[in-house]
Amino acid sequence: MFPRPIQQAPAPARWLYAVALPVALLLWLFPLLGVALTSLRPASDLAQGNYFGMPSAIAWSNYVEIFRQSPIARYMLNSLWVTVPTVIGSIALSLMAGFALAVYRFPSNLIVFFLFVAGNFVPFQILMVPVRDMTLQLGMYDTWYGLALFHIAFQTGFCTLFMRNFIRALPFELIEAARVEGVAEWRIFWFIVLPLMRPAIAALSVLVFTFIWNDFFWATVLTQGPDTQPITAGLSALNGQWIAQWHLVSAGSILAALPPVLMFFLMQRHFIAGLTLGAVK
Amino acid sequence: MASSRRLSQRQVAPWLFLAPALVMFTIYVLWPIAYSVTLSFYDWNGLYDRDGQFTGRFVGLGNYRELAGDPAFTVSLWNNLKWLVLYMLALPIGLFLAIFLNQTVTGIRLYKSLFFFPFVISQVVVGLMFSWFYAPNFGLFYSLVEWITGRGVAVLADPNLVTYGIIAAGLWPQIAYVLILYLTGLNNVAPDQVEAARLDGAKGWRMLWHVILPQLRPATFIAVIVTVIGALRSFDLVSIMTSGGPFGSSRVLSYYMYEMALGEYGFRMGYGAAIAVVLFAIMMVFISGFIWRMWRQETER
Repeated sequence: MFPRPIQQAPAPARWLYAVALPVALLLWLFPLLGVALTSLRPASDLAQGNYFGMPSAIAWSNYVEIFRQSPIARYMLNSLWVTVPTVIGSIALSLMAGFALAVYRFPSNLIVFFLFVAGNFVPFQILMVPVRDMTLQLGMYDTWYGLALFHIAFQTGFCTLFMRNFIRALPFELIEAARVEGVAEWRIFWFIVLPLMRPAIAALSVLVFTFIWNDFFWATVLTQGPDTQPITAGLSALNGQWIAQWHLVSAGSILAALPPVLMFFLMQRHFIAGLTLGAVK
Repeated sequence: MASSRRLSQRQVAPWLFLAPALVMFTIYVLWPIAYSVTLSFYDWNGLYDRDGQFTGRFVGLGNYRELAGDPAFTVSLWNNLKWLVLYMLALPIGLFLAIFLNQTVTGIRLYKSLFFFPFVISQVVVGLMFSWFYAPNFGLFYSLVEWITGRGVAVLADPNLVTYGIIAAGLWPQIAYVLILYLTGLNNVAPDQVEAARLDGAKGWRMLWHVILPQLRPATFIAVIVTVIGALRSFDLVSIMTSGGPFGSSRVLSYYMYEMALGEYGFRMGYGAAIAVVLFAIMMVFISGFIWRMWRQETER
């Protein structure tokens, strides 16, 4: 193991480590803690210049207020409306594509695979004008499905890479055996491969959920106004309205961050398995 | 008879499975790339005439020639370079944190996930947090500098500092990402090699450099890729924290492109597309190396 386990170190070093760990964490999360604290500060504290001291009271009312003053609930729902279909859509498409690329040998297999891989890395701006124009032409501008359809297509690239590598690592004999038995190809996919894909589906679900929930660029390009805008774009709009009302901005920020954070804590193992794909060989 | 049907089924099946993904990907990713490249040779305001005809005018390399003399473009390009170089700090810092956290004391799992926290949060929220952090007169950073030097610095209002301030905000989640990659890597370092090196008297930096880092190469490789992509995709933070200001000094290519095509300067779609093509070309320089390496791995098997 590297570094040497701290338990083998002399006592002073162990003590030092025990102190350094929480201190480092506190410093690391400082911006977050500051905002969390501000979100619970009464507006009067800010007016009196009490930015860092103890809040004079815990103002849960800030959270009530943002719900009352702004369409933040609507923004959150809009986000959910875009995120959930995207997760389902991109995983369904990539399961099939990954299966095709992992199981069959055909001449252009690798070329198709690398098309998906390379598509992942393009800057969004090279897609922006045509995608926006097309979405407008099809009458899907400023709708949740206009946004979700793009996200599904784009996320499919990354998901296919993941699924294909996952299926490749499955024992191929299972498929061979089924073929000898004369099982149809789509049945092999449905009854043999799919049930084994649970960990991959879980990992990608949390990842795609987080990516899409946090997306800001496409939200600004393809939607406008509180009826369809997701929380990221909404928060940015509210930030423009709530000038210097940091207690409200903070409360909104914490609220926007909450769903992916919860998702991460509930599905931590899957999340990290997805992110670190390829980090070990 | 039956077997030939099975064989042809096996030839058709992959394309049926691929079709939905391939169609979506072609419509929303491949075709737009080609279309953007074409548009970059046109002058177009994004509109169609009454008959639904495209109103763009072919200008050849005109957009690119204009870019070459556009000071805002030069600023954006320089800032992108700063992003690229400084973002690489995420690697050593992430590695250092990973080594720091790679212990088995009680509660370490919770520590690791809390350190990873910034990556899960939206960049919009990260941008707001750092804006608050830097805010003049009361922001923590401002107050800290004021306390040390006697004069506060309004980072986001200073053309010479603003880009560095935003990059620092971007590094926060990026370091968290690299940290998790290295933690996973360290978990898979071969213990027998470490022990053997220890018996040979290697420790500290020498151990890290000669024994550990070579084994972390896959993690480093992925970390470089995601960091380069992160640096070149920097749009959210610039948009939230400064909108490219003050005086356009914090623009990056991704943001400048958006400004030109959809911002208040009017709908210069062709010009925007030309900026996007430049950004795409820069990205491809880095990405082709990655693709090449993956391609070799795949064809070796």
